[in-house]
Amino acid sequence: MSRRSIRGKVAVAGIGETTYYKHGKSPDAEFALALQAILRACEDAGIKPREVDGFASYSNDRSDPSRIAAALGIPDLRFSNMQWGGGGGGVAAAVANGAAAVAAGYADCVVVFRALAQGQFRRFGEAMPDPQVSGDAAYMAPYGVMSPAQKYGMRATRFMHDHGVDHSVLRAIAMASYQHAQSNPRAVMYGRPLDAETYDTSRWIVEPINRLFDCCQENDGAAALILVSAERARDLRQTPAYLLGAAQGSDHRCGAPVMNASNFGSSSFATVAPRLYEMAGVSPGDIDVVQSYENFTTGVMMAVVEHGFCAPAEANEFFTLENLTAPAGRMPLNTSGGNLAECYMHGLGLQLEAVRQIRGQSCNQVPNVKLAMNIAGPMVTPVSSLIMGSEETLS
Amino acid sequence: MTVDSYLPAGMPAPVPSGDDLDLAYWEGTRRGELLVQRCDGCGTWQWGPEWLCHRCQSFDMQWQQIAGNGLIYSWERPWHPVHPALRGMGPYTVVLVEMPLAGKIRMLGNLLGPADQEVVIGAAVEAVFEPHDDADIPYTLVQWRLTN
Repeated sequence: MSRRSIRGKVAVAGIGETTYYKHGKSPDAEFALALQAILRACEDAGIKPREVDGFASYSNDRSDPSRIAAALGIPDLRFSNMQWGGGGGGVAAAVANGAAAVAAGYADCVVVFRALAQGQFRRFGEAMPDPQVSGDAAYMAPYGVMSPAQKYGMRATRFMHDHGVDHSVLRAIAMASYQHAQSNPRAVMYGRPLDAETYDTSRWIVEPINRLFDCCQENDGAAALILVSAERARDLRQTPAYLLGAAQGSDHRCGAPVMNASNFGSSSFATVAPRLYEMAGVSPGDIDVVQSYENFTTGVMMAVVEHGFCAPAEANEFFTLENLTAPAGRMPLNTSGGNLAECYMHGLGLQLEAVRQIRGQSCNQVPNVKLAMNIAGPMVTPVSSLIMGSEETLS
Repeated sequence: MTVDSYLPAGMPAPVPSGDDLDLAYWEGTRRGELLVQRCDGCGTWQWGPEWLCHRCQSFDMQWQQIAGNGLIYSWERPWHPVHPALRGMGPYTVVLVEMPLAGKIRMLGNLLGPADQEVVIGAAVEAVFEPHDDADIPYTLVQWRLTN
């Protein structure tokens, strides 16, 4: 039996996003934002909205595919898919799931989307004041462990302790995102640069790992991308970004209750990253640009390390502003400004940015990008990551 | 040994899960006993509670009382209040505690003492019980303090 792989079979043909807003500032309803992003992705690809026949999303997106299909007048809805798991761990997996449907013939044109209006619904960074809690929450919430920053801080503290990682690493990651956002007019933080002193004097959200600027924004908006077969993508108007590999999951007992994961000081990618590289047939040194989901800068650091870009002991030397910024850094990171400074579109904005880098359309273009990596939702389970490549990577 | 509440009134109150999976733990804390799961088949310690043993898949999970002696495995100090009851109180400390005498399972709670105290990974801690007798459904939390 030949090795099974998605490599080169499916491509991103279109991308679209709404205006990105601070949370609570969208003038449009969340569902309308989803429709806007999808229509823009169709326009970008040169595909009629009624040609779309599948949808994939993650994190229990509220915009139901059947309602979208009805709203758009889609004649034959052939694929609807929701990736398990909360948080942003499912972003790359949603793209992979949609691509698998195209490769398998379940659908021909799958939209991957995420719409969020945290102003219209509950904010991620705020606890629900439930008077009673049970299950895993019963062992955490009564002690004041409720928000993502609090739930995942323990993992990051342990990783930084085990490997002697300095806070300068986290500052470099935050400042790289803000620097990139200054040349991205879509970015919520466009025109709002971040200097080292502002970072260093910002308030603790969770000591000793998360200062204010280590944490993602909360935003309103929507983003979408369109997947078609590689053959069809070559006939459309945009340069295709081919999916070379994707992987999802987590290692031994990652989801064990009350923080009892076997490999606790980890971003959950220990077994996922090797599978990704094996499928894509490339190594960390081959990757030209990295988009790595920032729930927190600690998660970025741990995920980049676990994808093999540097050893844990090298993190303090590797993560510098110079190394992380486009165009000439050693590993340009989050070149749109990402979740920290462009928009917290739950990581889908980072996927769109990877496509722009392959096309040569980024506001912070890295020269001659052939391979772009996308890492989703570090520290949660399941997590996911993928690698996109240009036409020349297929031969 | 029981202590007064570390966090303000109005925090979420724990109740046993609806399927009674962890009823024994919460009943134990009311008596001042720390109970965790141990597999009757292979002796594996397990926390948090689950219906079967993650090592041998036996459903014969027993509840065994353990001494409350552990080591700080990780820690954090939230400053930003995300729950209405925490507004205005300032930072508080949470520790993840490894239990060397019970298969290195980990348990979580607050570290009693000043909010600005230094926290050292590896430091020895011991469990104390924090009863909430006036709650609608009375419960007792397990908290941690540095071992002298």
